[in-house]
Amino acid sequence: MGIQTPNGFNLDNSGKRVVVDPLTRIEGHLRVEVNVDSNNVIRNAVSTGTMWRGIETILRNRDPRDAWAFTERICGVCTGTHALTSVRAVENALGIMIPDNANSIRNIMQLCLQVHDHLVHFYHLHALDWVDVVSALKADPKATSALAQSISDWPLSSPGYFKDLQIRLTKFVESGQLGPFKNAYWGHAAYKLPPEANLMAVAHYLEALDFQKEIVKIHTIYGGKNPHPNWLVGGVPCAVNVDGTGAVGAINMERLNLVSSIIDRSIEFVQKVYLPDVVAIGSFYKDWLYGGGLSGKSVMSYGDIPENANDYSARNLKLPRGVILNGNLNEVLPIDHGDPEQIQEFVTHSWYKYPDESKGLHPWDGVTEPNYQLGPNAKGTKTDIKELDEGGKYSWIKAPRWRGNAVEVGPLARYIIGYAQNRPEFKEPTDKLLKTLNLPMTALFSTLGRTAARALECDWAATQMRYFQDKLVARIKAGDSSTANVEKWKPEGWPKEAKGYGFTEAPRGALAHWIKIKDTKIDNYQCVVPTTWNGSPRDPKGNIGAFEASLMDTPMADPEKPLEILRTIHSFDPCLACSTHVMSPDGQEMATVKVR
Amino acid sequence: MAEAKLERILVLGIGNILWADEGFGVRVVEEFHRRYAVPDNVTILDGGTQGLYLVNYVEEADGLIVFDAIDYGLAPGELKLVRDDEVPRFTGAKKMSLHQTGFQEVLSAADLLGRYPQRLALIGCQPLDLEDWGGPLTAPVRAQIAPAIELACAVLAEWGVSAVLRPEPLAGDARLLANDLDHASYELHVDPAE
Repeated sequence: MGIQTPNGFNLDNSGKRVVVDPLTRIEGHLRVEVNVDSNNVIRNAVSTGTMWRGIETILRNRDPRDAWAFTERICGVCTGTHALTSVRAVENALGIMIPDNANSIRNIMQLCLQVHDHLVHFYHLHALDWVDVVSALKADPKATSALAQSISDWPLSSPGYFKDLQIRLTKFVESGQLGPFKNAYWGHAAYKLPPEANLMAVAHYLEALDFQKEIVKIHTIYGGKNPHPNWLVGGVPCAVNVDGTGAVGAINMERLNLVSSIIDRSIEFVQKVYLPDVVAIGSFYKDWLYGGGLSGKSVMSYGDIPENANDYSARNLKLPRGVILNGNLNEVLPIDHGDPEQIQEFVTHSWYKYPDESKGLHPWDGVTEPNYQLGPNAKGTKTDIKELDEGGKYSWIKAPRWRGNAVEVGPLARYIIGYAQNRPEFKEPTDKLLKTLNLPMTALFSTLGRTAARALECDWAATQMRYFQDKLVARIKAGDSSTANVEKWKPEGWPKEAKGYGFTEAPRGALAHWIKIKDTKIDNYQCVVPTTWNGSPRDPKGNIGAFEASLMDTPMADPEKPLEILRTIHSFDPCLACSTHVMSPDGQEMATVKVR
Repeated sequence: MAEAKLERILVLGIGNILWADEGFGVRVVEEFHRRYAVPDNVTILDGGTQGLYLVNYVEEADGLIVFDAIDYGLAPGELKLVRDDEVPRFTGAKKMSLHQTGFQEVLSAADLLGRYPQRLALIGCQPLDLEDWGGPLTAPVRAQIAPAIELACAVLAEWGVSAVLRPEPLAGDARLLANDLDHASYELHVDPAE
């Protein structure tokens, strides 16, 4: 029994149901259920998740100038990007202008987060969906060296280097049940790399692990501290004193030079290791172009990285701003975050209550009232769900829509929009990559395309860090050391009521916060995060969300070992409620799989 | 003496302060820092829910004490100290999200990089409620902040380090958490779960 969704997917839930559920202590989380047909091809997909149930419960009646510190705690990965979005929302509500140096420093912080997150995402979450660590043990170090040298002039590529690494790796694997690499689908038929490519990738996995620590030092320098950098409404909290004899912690030339050197090394690592790896790995998976989902239809990017301070219009933003609907690349539609008709959240299939659930609510008027109930066809109980009923309410994630449309957000969305706008900085690297792999432009609309766009963007972001660092240093040398505007810091001059929004492009996609201020305190605060867009459940019209769409029509080699599902979901760099660090006494499985 | 070689010690609290008992580890280091002074070779760090951001702190440490909410299946509020090799480390390739980069992966990463702390003490507290978004620490878990600090002081003493009670607990600005996030201010505005 098939149903066609308004956004163009044919759903059939008559086949076997496969449930992939991460084992964490928080109920719900990101869980995926699919139905497969007799050939094990996915014909129906359901994604459900736990996001926080409304930051407004925590922020109401607090000082708007502290909101960034709370939103920074929402998530352990998107820390700084939430803080940036928050200070922008407060500045927008109160009409606060920031100095140009603050704009440059914020851009560097945000770009640094992009570079770090993309690199870590690829090597430490996603690569193991493509790279078989166990197979690397069989590689010939000489052949691995030849392969590495054929794709890059990165110096760590000698046969001896790979030989040593292989010995270390063997020791880890032999330390008992694959040591640190337990709980994976090693040997799965969906792994396509030869042993040498696997060994090279594992080497880079370890190098990236080491190098990522350097990148975050930029946050420590400009944010004053890590792992929770400081932010400030009206600018940035770090003072500039190039003579270096002033306030403790002030930015001096030595620190500026340190940032500069980290930027150079980041560019080098991305260009000589990350990008060549993505091309090399991609070349073995050219026939695995599943996972496109909504990307070939509807994508959205809020835009970010303002060239000039305080101007958030599309023409001033270096990351593209706009929406593409129904695959029409000839038209990029404008976004207005303050228009109540544009961004709305629906809860028909979410565990919340609205007075009228056929309608969506704009975030300024957002309501987060829980209503946990399973649909009539769900199996199991409320505390132990065996199978969800996607006909009823089935997720803690709301369903955000842009003018009623489900959209995909993230690096691929940004690249598609930049490509459609014919911006050379997005179009040229994309075309070059496609040409290298001998793939058509439509190949972008895939899991692999998402992964490739992230790598291209990492390179772009690293290069942009260089640009803003140079801009900052030039201004400081010209005598401008201003980093904050405190004119409206004191609440005495604020209006009795004010509302505003702030947006950014987080590594994983479009992020915005909406704030209402009353009598100098927070009256309402809503965040719509990238994974709310991508992980969204169905809406009242039956449109499926980006995760759900991306899984459709993917063949699985073995439903008991859903590597293909993990690979595609991972390609979005999904965000979950971050409380998952809770340890289990033994190395816990990170997911259970049940096939019914 | 092994003690004499212990140069860097990291006292780390991890967890999400916005999720009720998830905040235990961070609240312990906050209170430890407020009440005790430590020598220069000891760093007290609020690690939050940061994953790989913490690797550089961990790998620089010769001795590491970690506070966290841990599910051992004990009675709520029960403390448990585990040491060295008893602390599990692994890299979960089947996780759904980077956000599942737990502390075990941070340890695993330090291990893979060949810079694992020589001594490790994990002070865990059995949580009662991890699902109360925006909620405070529950009473049985809150009651374990002081005992957890005592336990850490004993471990530090064993490692040849003395934490000294401050004459007066640190005031506002000097504390580990600011911007209304300190334990008292945070809980002024939160209601416990019904």
